[in-house]
This record gives sequence, C-alpha cells and structure tokens, in this order.
Amino acid sequence: MSRDELNIKDNTSLFKEERYVQQRENKKQFEAPCSEQETAEALAYSKSAEYMEKNFSRQNVVINPHKACQPLGSVMAALGFEKTLPFVHGSQGCNAYFRSHLSRHFKEPTPSVSTSMTEDAAVFGGMNNLIDGLENSVALYKPEMVAICTTCMAEVIGDDLNSFIGNARIKGVISEEYPVAYCNTPSFVGSHITGYDAMIKGILSYLYTRSGIESHPGSGAESGEKLNVMLGFEPYTGNFAELRKILGAFDTKYTILGDHSGNYDSPATGEYEYYYGGTKLADVPQAANALATLSLQKYTLKKTQEYISGTWNQQLAALSTPLGIKGTDTLLATISELTGLPVPAMLTEERGRVVDALMDSHPYLHGKRVALVGDPDLLIGLIGFCLETGMEPVHIICSNGDVDYNEVKFKDEAEALLAASPYGTEATVHVGKDLWHMRSLLLNDKVDLAIGSSHLKFAAKDAEVPLVRVGFPIFDRHHMHRYPIIGYQGTLNLLSLIVNTILQQLDDHNSGFNFELVR
Amino acid sequence: MGLSIEENQKLVEEILEAYPKKARKDREKHFQVADEKAIDCSTCAVKSNIKSRPGVMTPRGCAYAGSKGVVWGPIKDMVHISHGPVGCGQYSWGSRRNFANGTLGIDNFTAMQITSDFQETDIVFGGDKKLAVIMREITEMFPLAKGISVQSECPVGLIGDDIEAVSKKMSKELEMPIVPVRCEGFRGVSQSLGHHIANDAIRDFVMGRAELAETGPYDVNIIGDYNIGGDAWASRILLEEMGLRVIAQWSGDGSLNELEVAHKAKLNLIHCHRSMNYMVDHMEKAYGIPWLEYNFFGPTKTYESLRAIAALFDDTIQENCEQMIARYKPVMDAVIRKYRPRLENKTVMLMIGGLRSRHTIGAYEDLGMDIVASGYEFAHKDDYEKMLPMLAEGTIVMDDPTAYELEELTKKMNIDLVGSGVKEKYVYHKMGVPFRQMHSWDYSGPYHGFDGFKVFAKDMDMTVNSPVWDLVGRQGTRKPEEAGV
Repeated sequence: MSRDELNIKDNTSLFKEERYVQQRENKKQFEAPCSEQETAEALAYSKSAEYMEKNFSRQNVVINPHKACQPLGSVMAALGFEKTLPFVHGSQGCNAYFRSHLSRHFKEPTPSVSTSMTEDAAVFGGMNNLIDGLENSVALYKPEMVAICTTCMAEVIGDDLNSFIGNARIKGVISEEYPVAYCNTPSFVGSHITGYDAMIKGILSYLYTRSGIESHPGSGAESGEKLNVMLGFEPYTGNFAELRKILGAFDTKYTILGDHSGNYDSPATGEYEYYYGGTKLADVPQAANALATLSLQKYTLKKTQEYISGTWNQQLAALSTPLGIKGTDTLLATISELTGLPVPAMLTEERGRVVDALMDSHPYLHGKRVALVGDPDLLIGLIGFCLETGMEPVHIICSNGDVDYNEVKFKDEAEALLAASPYGTEATVHVGKDLWHMRSLLLNDKVDLAIGSSHLKFAAKDAEVPLVRVGFPIFDRHHMHRYPIIGYQGTLNLLSLIVNTILQQLDDHNSGFNFELVR
Repeated sequence: MGLSIEENQKLVEEILEAYPKKARKDREKHFQVADEKAIDCSTCAVKSNIKSRPGVMTPRGCAYAGSKGVVWGPIKDMVHISHGPVGCGQYSWGSRRNFANGTLGIDNFTAMQITSDFQETDIVFGGDKKLAVIMREITEMFPLAKGISVQSECPVGLIGDDIEAVSKKMSKELEMPIVPVRCEGFRGVSQSLGHHIANDAIRDFVMGRAELAETGPYDVNIIGDYNIGGDAWASRILLEEMGLRVIAQWSGDGSLNELEVAHKAKLNLIHCHRSMNYMVDHMEKAYGIPWLEYNFFGPTKTYESLRAIAALFDDTIQENCEQMIARYKPVMDAVIRKYRPRLENKTVMLMIGGLRSRHTIGAYEDLGMDIVASGYEFAHKDDYEKMLPMLAEGTIVMDDPTAYELEELTKKMNIDLVGSGVKEKYVYHKMGVPFRQMHSWDYSGPYHGFDGFKVFAKDMDMTVNSPVWDLVGRQGTRKPEEAGV
C-alpha cells in the first residue's frame, strides 16, 4: 500500500477534515468562548488607531519584545574561543534555554554547562556548586578554558565569582594555571548584546592580564600591520567567512577576537567534538600588540572597545554591521586606513558586479515602504542598505536600542542617517518598544515589506506584510545564517532575498493578466 | 553491543569512569540494567528526582519551564505573565508546541511573550507595583482575556515580592481570576516541581469555580496532553467516537472554563502522568473522580487503553469501542505492514522529558524496533517502576543522563535511532545517527491515536532510512553492513 493509499495526513492537513472541524465546534460548548461577534470586534479594535494609541501609552507590560537576556550572549561569546566551555552560574533552566535557543537558530549543538543551583544555593550561596561544577565539567568535557557567566539568580544573591574561582583553585579542583574567565551578566540589565560584550571583555582582559604581556600596539611579532577584528553578537556564520575573504584579499594579518563560526558551522563527519574552531587562546594576549582593532558592532561591543582603546591603548575603529554598498565601502576604507594597504582590485570588481545587480533590481525596490526590527548595529546597517536602494524605512523598532557609544545614542545615529536621505523622511525610530507596538504600526500605517527575525512573523501575518528574515533568531527557515549579509557578497544575498520576496508577492497577487514570464 | 545484562552493566561502568569520584558515585545510582527480577517486580533501583550534578550538561530545565511551558502556557484564553527579566519568557515563546484554536493576541495567547521585563530598579525596589499596572494594561490590551497567571522567575522569589497579595487585590479590581504561581526556576531539581506547583495553583484558584449546564454519565477529562502536534485532538476524536463526552482538555488547547468545570467529570483520563498526577490525585480525593492512565502511542497500546477505558463504562461504550477498533485495525495493520519491514530490529535509545520515554515504547515495538536504552529527564520513582515491565532484559535504564553519557552510549551500543530534544539533536547529526525530537515531534505530528500513529510510522521510517545518513562517515554508530561500508 503506498503512502497515499494509507491516507497519511499530518497536522498541516489532518485537522481540516470535517470530523475535526466538527470536533472543534463541539468543543466550544465547554470552552465558554467569546462569541464570534465579540472576537471579530476585538480583532477589528486591535487593528484600530484608538488601540494603537493605547498600545503606545502602556508603561509597564512588555509584549513580544525583540531581545533576549545577557547570559545568552555570554554563551555565544565563550563559544568564540578555542576549546572553551561556556559555564553558566545559576539555575540550570537558564542554561537549558540558552542551549535550545541558540541551537534552534544555528541548527547546531551548543555545549554549555550550568552550576544547577537550587533552593539551598539560594540560601547559602552557590560556591559549592561552582567548585563541583568546575571539577565535573573539566573532567568530562576537557575544555582548555572555562568561561563563566552569571544568571539573575546568582546576581540577586550576590555570589562572588572571583573568590569562588580562587577557592576552587585552593581546593585543587583546578590548577593555579588553569584559565577561567568570567563576567557578571544579570538578566535584569541590558540584553543579549550586553552579555556578549561582557564575556568578550571578560575573556580578553583575563587572558591578557594573566599573560603578563604589556601592550605595545604595532609591535606584533607578525609585523605591525596585524589587525584585530570583532564581529560581535553575530547570528550569521557566513559573515565570518565573508570577512575572512575580505581580509584575505587585503593580504593583511589579522586575528578575529571571538569567532564562534566554527562551533556553529561544523561538519557532520560521524564523530562529534565539543569544540570546533574559535580564537586561539594564545592569540588573545598577542592581540594587544596588534596595530589596531576593527569592531563591526559598535553598540554591542561598547565595553570591550573601551577596554581595547584604554588598557591596550590601541587604535580602534568601531563600525556597525557593514551592510550594503556604502557600508562595505566604509568597511574597506577603514581596513585600508588601519593597515595602510590599498583596497584590493578583486573587491572593487566585486563591488561593480553587485552594483550592477542592484541596478537590475532597483525598479522593484524603489519606494517600497519597509518596517525594520533588530539589534542596534544590524539596524544601522539595514537602514543604510534600504536608503541606498531607494527603499523607504518607515517603522523601525529596537527593543534593546537604549544604548550609546562614545556618547552617541543609537537612536540619534539612526535618525541622522535617515534624515540625510530623501528616502528616510517617513521613518520613525522606536527604542525600547516591542513587536506588539510593531503590530499596531504595521496595521495602521501600511508597509510593503517587513525585515526582521522569525519573531516578527506574527505581526507581519496579521498585517499581511511579507517578511524577509534577517537577524536573530531565525527559527523557522533553514540555512539563512550560512549566507553572509555583510560585504558586497552579503549585499547581493540580501538583495536577492528581498527582491525575490517582492517578485513572489507579485506572482501571488497577480490579476491573471499580469502573471508574467519575464521580470 | 546488544542486550546482554552483564555487558551493558560493564558498559555503564566504563562510561562512568570519566567522572570525578564524587560525581561518579552519584551518577552510578542513576543507572540500572533491566534484569528479569527488576522487570517482574518493577524493582526500581534508579535514583531519580534528585539534584543534577553541577557542570555536567544535564538535559533538565527548571520549575518555571514546567509551569509556564507545560501546564499554564497552553491554557489559551488566559494571559500568562513571565514575571521577572526578559529571558525566560523569550526562550519559552512558541518553542514548546501547543496547538490551540483561536485568534492569537485576541482570544488565544499561547504563542505570546508577555513579560514584566525586570530592570535593576525592579530588583532593588520590588516589582509589585509594576505588576499591578501590568495587569491593568493587560486588560486594556487584551479585553477578551479570561484571566491572568503570574509565572514567577528566579528574582521574584529571591527579592521577596508578594505576588499573591497583588494577584488577590487585582483579581477583585479586574473581576477575573488572577493566579500567582511560585515557579521560580531555582525551586526543585527540574521541571517536575514546576508541574506540581502549577497544578497546586490550578487547584487553589481555578478548580470547581464553574458549573456545567448539564452533566452526563459519559463525561470525561483528557488530562496531561499538551497538544504538541495536535495530539489531544487526535486522542479526543477516539474518545468521542466511542461515545464519551470530553468536557475538559488539559492543558493543550485548554481554556479556563474547561479547568473550572472539570470537577464534574465522571472519569479523568491522564496521558502524562508525570506532569498531572497531582491533579488527578486531588480530584479523586476532593470530588471522588477516579482516574486512569492511558497510552495512545501505537495501535497495541491504543487498543489496550481504549478497552481499559471502555471497561469502566457500560455495554454501549464497550460495544462502540470494539466496533471502533475493528474499524481502525485494518488501517493500522496496513501501516505496520508497510513500515515494519523497513524498521524491524532497529535499535532505539530514548531520553525524553516525562511520559514519552515509557509511552512510546509500544509504538516502536509495533514497528518491530527494539528499545535498548531509555531514560527520563525529570521522572520520579513511579515512572521507572512503570517502565521496567515494558523493557527487555539488558535494556539500560537511565535517569537524567548527561550529554556525555548519551553520546558514549550511542557510540558503544550501535544505536539506529535516538529520540530526544533539540539540545541533543544536532550532536547526533554530527555523529550521523538518525534522530527525532521526541519533545516536539520535530515540528511534525500528531503522534497520538490512530491518525497519529500513521504520522509516527512515516516519520520513523523517514528518519531511520533517509539516505542522508549514508553520506556521513559513520564510525561506530551503526553496523557496517547496514551502513553500506
């Protein structure tokens, strides 16, 4: 009997069968549901201007925010270093959530342990958990470094990581030399990007301080042209590859500080390792001697940047995610400036090809009204990309946009960027708002396209706006993170995603006569 | 390695050698190799429901996950506040599948993340005032919400917020049930305590609050079905076809009113005993409602369960039951005829949260597959006692197994199929071992009932026999002749 003869239906079609429709109707007598009329009215009301006003005047409840908590970022940061085990000090559920959340985005394993603190630790502190946890995790998972971050529980009870780690050494569960980096990441401060920053700074400063090296920028053993590069809380493994390609073309020496792309893009070989790739621990103190550091997420990496330009006394160039032609131009100019090397011809050629592609597609993009959601640095990049293609950003929401770098606030930079273009005049930047606000915006002031993470799909569906998935997390589409969105190649990928979404819309909503073969 | 008791005992010992002494001593207690005596007498030597070792990559979650993710979250017409910092609500947002009918954000709030998003000031000054405002704002934003629950995250308990007082006061002001749930993540050793706490809150704030217009002799409740891929619907349809009337469904696609009238049922049918046994025990004591654990995975267990359920009712129901089984059996036989030859003798390792490590055994057996290792994330002693008689001699029983243990077992036992969760899934993909997420059906389903078994069989065949596994240089994960080496 073939599968068709067995009539195998899963949830996509099974529950449309009459017997299930009937069941659904019948169940209502016990649900005491609102009447159809009430529901219809409430739905219509939720789409109204009056509702939007109320929605924007709420002060305390947060509905569908676009941010996660600090330690999630710390786990990602720790996975950027060679054979480093992320270690979460607090209640074990947090760690289970971080592992699931990151694995759902990357479709890859996330090795990370927890100290499994329970009620007794809440009363007596989590020192014993931390000491036992270090002993067990080092024995089982054989990391070369452990990177500890805290959850809100550990922070509320005031656990002192430094002294606990010291006591673990005194007790002999780890040797005096064994590297243990740490940072404090209460979940009630900042967001995942703040936690990413805290752990990167924690690891850099720890490995540097214990090395005894004194920073002499430009004195690197490899020659003075060596560059440090940081990508930040980077949901795209493809962006690491693209950046390597660019730096390779420049023929500059470089160290990526915090490279989790190996861990989140590892091969299926028949054997599982806990650690794939990552910045070599020995390279970190050496990085203090590099000529300069290039940061590609300036709002995200605020404290790390301050550390590098302060303690390492190093020249620092801080950009936001380099998206689009101009964003990439700036990236290349910055690399050129920092290293003294010319922009390679290969990249200039690539630029030309991508500009050509943008010209081919511009009629479908021009004047398209766009809603954007994301982390601050991604949004700066996306706004730039939209403006240079003739798309018009309209609604921009940044739940964790309450950040500044060098006293420039994200919101101010975003608004200045928009104000500098005729295509940015309609835009409003909403900082600290959530995706329920975005729903009202989409319903009351319509756009053609929404760009954001999978979480935006609910609001986009209600407003019947096509969604292009960019950012973090992307749970419901496969392999997006493997393709870069930075650099010229990334610009081409982003362009393809967007223009083909728009073309699909044209086909889906054709009038019959304009279901056209050629576009 | 097959199912030799001695060999497998040795295997477990070898694996545990990697642990430091203290942890090894603890982990040893969490393993048992099923022997005849244990199977016959359900003699369970496995230690369970005790703390995980720090630093071991336990699969377990927390009390909040148990309450918000499992018990309260799927109750669709109430708004569930993730009270505390942003993370817990964000990570549990839509990630546990609980299908529910209704309009999201209007009369169905299951896939929403509603949080108080604690900041430092809330930790210092407390979140009580803010919580009251949040509740008012919820009624503004969601006028059709039937009630509110407060799902406490860790800091709430640590700073001593009085969510009970706020809930009481606001319940009066807003004229709706508002339920404080003390499910802070640090409570207990796993999700399991969260289920208990959540059920206690249902008992104290919801149970028995409404009446059913008309009760009948065939009124039953479905309890402990979370409707992952529509499972509760695929189960309910069988009960209804048999002539029973399901008056409440907990808590997948559940509603407040169903919880409130459930005490009028004549029988509680419980699928996930681990998460809801507290409730059926309470209802038995308080309302004299008997309960029965049933299992709708795989036709054999489904027939057995349907007959056991029918046996508690009159001849009409029993006849209906037999007629229904007669109707479905040829279809189920055909499914087995198609898939069994492709799955016969494949070895399976399960490590799932609660009931499914036990309940799915029969479904695998219907397909001719052999369970060689099975364990739970957060089970209690009774779960192991119930599981043991279902196992073959030599099967490895494991409690709260760590990532390291699972990986070693998979390699050394030549496992053909691993069933576990998303944290484990991609590890097995690296190893080239067929894997299904048995927490979420890998976004497929339903798996319950007769409609569900078809999907289950198709999915297991698709997984075990996908040609993609043959592209991997598998080492030690499957028998060479099967791997085509």
